[in-house]
Amino acid sequence: MAETAASGPGMPQLDVTTFSNQIFWLVVAMVVLYFVMSRVALPRVASVLADRRSAITADIAAAEEYKLKAQEAEEAFKKAEADARAEAARIVEAAKAEMQEALNAQIAKADAEIASKSAESEKRIREITANAVEMVNEVSTDVTKDILAAFDVKADARSVNAAVKAQMKGDA
Amino acid sequence: MAEESGGLHIAPMDQFRVESLFGGDIAWYTPTNVTLWMALTVVAATLLMVFGARGRAMVPSRAQSAAEMTYGFIYKMVEDVAGHDAVRFFPYIFTLFMFVLFANLLGLIPFAFTTTSHIAVTAVLAFTVFFTVTALGFILHGTKFLKLFWVSSAPLALRPVLALIEVISYFVRPVSHSIRLAGAMMAGHAVAKVFAGFAAALGAFFFLPILAVTALYALELLVAVIQAYVFTILTCVYLKDALHPAH
Amino acid sequence: MEGDIVQMGAYIGAGLACLGMGGAGIGVGHVAGNYLAGALRNPSAAAGQTAFLFIGIAFAEALGIFSFLVALLLMFAV
Repeated sequence: MAETAASGPGMPQLDVTTFSNQIFWLVVAMVVLYFVMSRVALPRVASVLADRRSAITADIAAAEEYKLKAQEAEEAFKKAEADARAEAARIVEAAKAEMQEALNAQIAKADAEIASKSAESEKRIREITANAVEMVNEVSTDVTKDILAAFDVKADARSVNAAVKAQMKGDA
Repeated sequence: MAEESGGLHIAPMDQFRVESLFGGDIAWYTPTNVTLWMALTVVAATLLMVFGARGRAMVPSRAQSAAEMTYGFIYKMVEDVAGHDAVRFFPYIFTLFMFVLFANLLGLIPFAFTTTSHIAVTAVLAFTVFFTVTALGFILHGTKFLKLFWVSSAPLALRPVLALIEVISYFVRPVSHSIRLAGAMMAGHAVAKVFAGFAAALGAFFFLPILAVTALYALELLVAVIQAYVFTILTCVYLKDALHPAH
Repeated sequence: MEGDIVQMGAYIGAGLACLGMGGAGIGVGHVAGNYLAGALRNPSAAAGQTAFLFIGIAFAEALGIFSFLVALLLMFAV
């Protein structure tokens, strides 16, 4: 532009003739922008931010509540579990006791049987032993009589018997 | 001028010319490229903050997320730097940030006009902040606001000297506040233009300046955002001085 | 002739003004380097200090931009 170059110095910034124009349009622009910002833009953004903040606070509160509920549910579950465990333990204990009782009864019965059987056996053994002793007595008396007869020794039956008995006692 | 005498025909400052959109002289009401690009800045900021956040979704879309992040970022900055009672100035600070940010970013489009590269624009922004903050300090604290310049923790003999320095630095604030933004924008664009001019002059090695311009462009993108951030955070710092003037 | 000398002086001055940018570069590097050193010592406190990092960088950088501005003024406005 020839006229601006001619009217002003080399730096357009120092061309005083354009100052009033620039300042006028600057004031217009600033006033318009100020009203747009302060009346429309900033309240809107502020309300959006406030809404979001309150929504986040509400959500956090709800989450806190849900957490509490979850904790309660967990506690209830734990309690139920503990109850079930106790019940199961009780049942197991009862079954064990029952089994122990049955076992004890069986053992007692078996013991009794064994005892009776062994008593019987003992008795028979004793009988057999007694018989054997009797027979040994008889045999030794006879043998003694025979030996005495062979040697022509007179001896009455009673003293032979007594001697054999004494001999047997000493052995036994 | 340089470009008329040298072999290179680089006019790095031409891109900052204010030109009438429909021809004719420039009066204060004439629609110029300043008007066009400021309107685009307003439209871009509105698109992001109003139409981006239109969904009001609980789970935000990409644009809504960007709008919310920008909101949260500036809100936190105001609260952290200027204190909790500065939140009532939040819309104003947010407007400043959005305007500077989008003006800087739109200015990076090739052939665009960077409104924030003009001292007139940034000076108005900075002096508005300066006068607002100063008036606010006197309204809230009366003459106690002047304690800002009287460093009570310093030795008594040093205090007048420090007060002088503090007063000077206080009045330099709007100047550096505005020139920093305009200068950073102007510097980046002028350097990009100069490098682009080298590409035409170097012939077969045209790709070297183009690579440089590409790297510079990335840097400028960073600078555009950081300058908007710095402009806003300095506004917050000045606001803090007005709200809590005690050292 | 006189105009040429003035222009030469302006260009030399513009070049000299650019030396100021080196100072700004040192300043910005100092701020960023000290921030990094502090952040490595105490990473948990680093996030809260980024605002001050940027404020410090902005103040240091502003002086470089002033020198750039002086250069531009000498080139185009004198």
